[in-house]
Amino acid sequence: MIWYIARRIIYLIPTLLVVSIIAFAVIQLPPGDFLASLISKAEETIDQAQVDALRERYGLDEPIYMQYWKWISGIITKGDFGDSFEWNRPVSELIWERLGLTMVISLFTLAFVWIVAIPIGIYSAVKKYTIGDYLVTIIGFIGLAIPNFLLALVLMYIAFRYFGQSVGGLFSPDYIQAPWSLERVLDLLSHLWLPVIILGTAGTAALIRVMRANLLDELSKLYVDAARARGLSELKLLFKYPVRVALNPLVSAVAWIFPALVSGSAITSIVLNLQTTGPLLYRSLQAQDMYLAGSLILLVSILTIIGTLVSDILLAWIDPRIQLQ
Amino acid sequence: MTSASTPSRKDDPANLTSEIQSETRIVVANQWQLIWWKFRKHRLAMFAGLVTLLLYAVALFAEFIAPYAPGTYSAAHTFLPPQTIHLFQNTADGWRFYPHVYGHKVQVDPESFKRTYVVDEATAYPIGLFVRGEEYQLWGLFTLDLHLVGAVQHGDPVHLIGADRLGRDVLSRTIYGTRVSMSVGLVGVGLSLLLGVILGGISGYYGGPIDNLIQRTIEILRSLPTIPLWMGLSAAIPLTWPPVRVYFAITVLLSLIGWTTLAREVRGRFLSLKTEDFVIAARLDGLRELPIILRHMVPSMTSHIIASVTLAIPGMILAETALSFLGIGLRPPVVSWGVLLQEAQNVRSIATAPWLLFPGLAVVASVLALNFLGDGLRDAADPYQT
Repeated sequence: MIWYIARRIIYLIPTLLVVSIIAFAVIQLPPGDFLASLISKAEETIDQAQVDALRERYGLDEPIYMQYWKWISGIITKGDFGDSFEWNRPVSELIWERLGLTMVISLFTLAFVWIVAIPIGIYSAVKKYTIGDYLVTIIGFIGLAIPNFLLALVLMYIAFRYFGQSVGGLFSPDYIQAPWSLERVLDLLSHLWLPVIILGTAGTAALIRVMRANLLDELSKLYVDAARARGLSELKLLFKYPVRVALNPLVSAVAWIFPALVSGSAITSIVLNLQTTGPLLYRSLQAQDMYLAGSLILLVSILTIIGTLVSDILLAWIDPRIQLQ
Repeated sequence: MTSASTPSRKDDPANLTSEIQSETRIVVANQWQLIWWKFRKHRLAMFAGLVTLLLYAVALFAEFIAPYAPGTYSAAHTFLPPQTIHLFQNTADGWRFYPHVYGHKVQVDPESFKRTYVVDEATAYPIGLFVRGEEYQLWGLFTLDLHLVGAVQHGDPVHLIGADRLGRDVLSRTIYGTRVSMSVGLVGVGLSLLLGVILGGISGYYGGPIDNLIQRTIEILRSLPTIPLWMGLSAAIPLTWPPVRVYFAITVLLSLIGWTTLAREVRGRFLSLKTEDFVIAARLDGLRELPIILRHMVPSMTSHIIASVTLAIPGMILAETALSFLGIGLRPPVVSWGVLLQEAQNVRSIATAPWLLFPGLAVVASVLALNFLGDGLRDAADPYQT
């Protein structure tokens, strides 16, 4: 097991390298170097010494690989992600809380997806071709087809129109700026249900189908018949063997659901105005605040990669055969 | 695949011959006929296929189907609500068939100056099929003025799904949006297919270190959160680019990540086909690699590839819609569903005009149709399996 984990972590290194190069490329993409845009945006003139200092700091006169090296080594050794020009603050000050909230939302959604999808998937497989099964299948398909942001808009409209309240945000107005406390956590939890449902719909729909298909494969196997012939009760039979086997591919499904969640939360957060990384990234891209944007893309990607790693390890733990491959 | 009809009485010679006939029909049928027969049994997929065809027909004949041009605006009808179609009219000598919509009167709130529309039953605008309206150029070739639906009298304000903030017809704009939204999926998938087939083919056919390299690349790409990445990349598209170039840049971006699924599918097929007897036989016959791949392996996996391609299109459509919705994908004056949904970006605008979400229905319908169609195709792709 330890060897397996070690191998997975070694595999992680090239992935992280590629991700960091992509994030750096995003920083470099807008035409012209960002100092030019900084100077054009600044209200008062920036004196030459300051420009030179920035030029030196980001290595703008040096070749592109040196710039990359300066950027990445600053992140690794000092946790220095560069400065946000729009906020006039170091990027590292802006992102951690939002990254944490993104993580919280994603994990809650993941839990929601599992709790909802597994029982429904089991039901749908056991009661194959009944009205309930068809209903679940249809709802699942529709859940897959509705884009997150559209669902968010419709739910917001319904809440506004029929309940007269404007939903959105992760905190009540009183708590937005407040320091962390128990009340703030409770307030967060009371606002979390809407984004969790919106984000979880597509994943739930997908997982129900995976669970149903897996379980159907298992149910037709001979050992199920054998166990039934020996007089095992239906419920015990179901949960003791086929469900457990059917759960395996479900764990590996987390590996692709997690990136999808983080990805989907970007847009949903913009619509619902949540204080996660999505809106910050969106605003930074519009303002061409590239160090902020690049750092966000880097960190969100790393977050997803770690999520994928965790699910891989989990899978190897549940199904030890995987370690041998 | 068994014969469709099992005779009730085996000894009836007429039944027996028909059974033999249907069995020989299956034995001699080629792969595509078998796929078609199997697909035809899947009712939902058939229906989805029809809907998909319809959507592409709408995209093709948008000018003819839409009552108005996408840019036609009228300041007098900003945020006009959808008009209900009334099929019959009550006149002095009884009910008569007279499809029409009622006009609207504007009421201005004396305090807040808010404009509200009140249905005015005194004015009825007749509507009909195949009416003469605005002139347009179909595919830039023919100048016509025939529209599938619209006001019988050219110039009557008929907005069946309402109008937007500039008084533009939402229905017409959604119909025009079909063109861009549905084709982004096709073009993007075309590019992904090219990358996926080449890389997946190399990966599956040669195996070894090349396979390992390509597989790791795919794993890396798949572990990335696509939307933040797309946001970052598409935000870098210069604002000065013409719409057509932006359109292609977006499809290239979408396919840069989209090819991985197809590559996996192709690789899996190659791996399983490589050891099939007919491929080994071809190799023993001294055929070179390229002919083996093109003449023997590719035909037997075409049906699977078509199914995967169909299933990949909805993802592209959703991605384009999401990006354009945020304003970092396609931009006006291009009309796509995502661009249209931009008008409905916050609760206030949806509360004023919920009908602006109508393009969203089109998105859901097209994604559902393509998903069902792809599912049916995937089931039918392997007709020798029961």
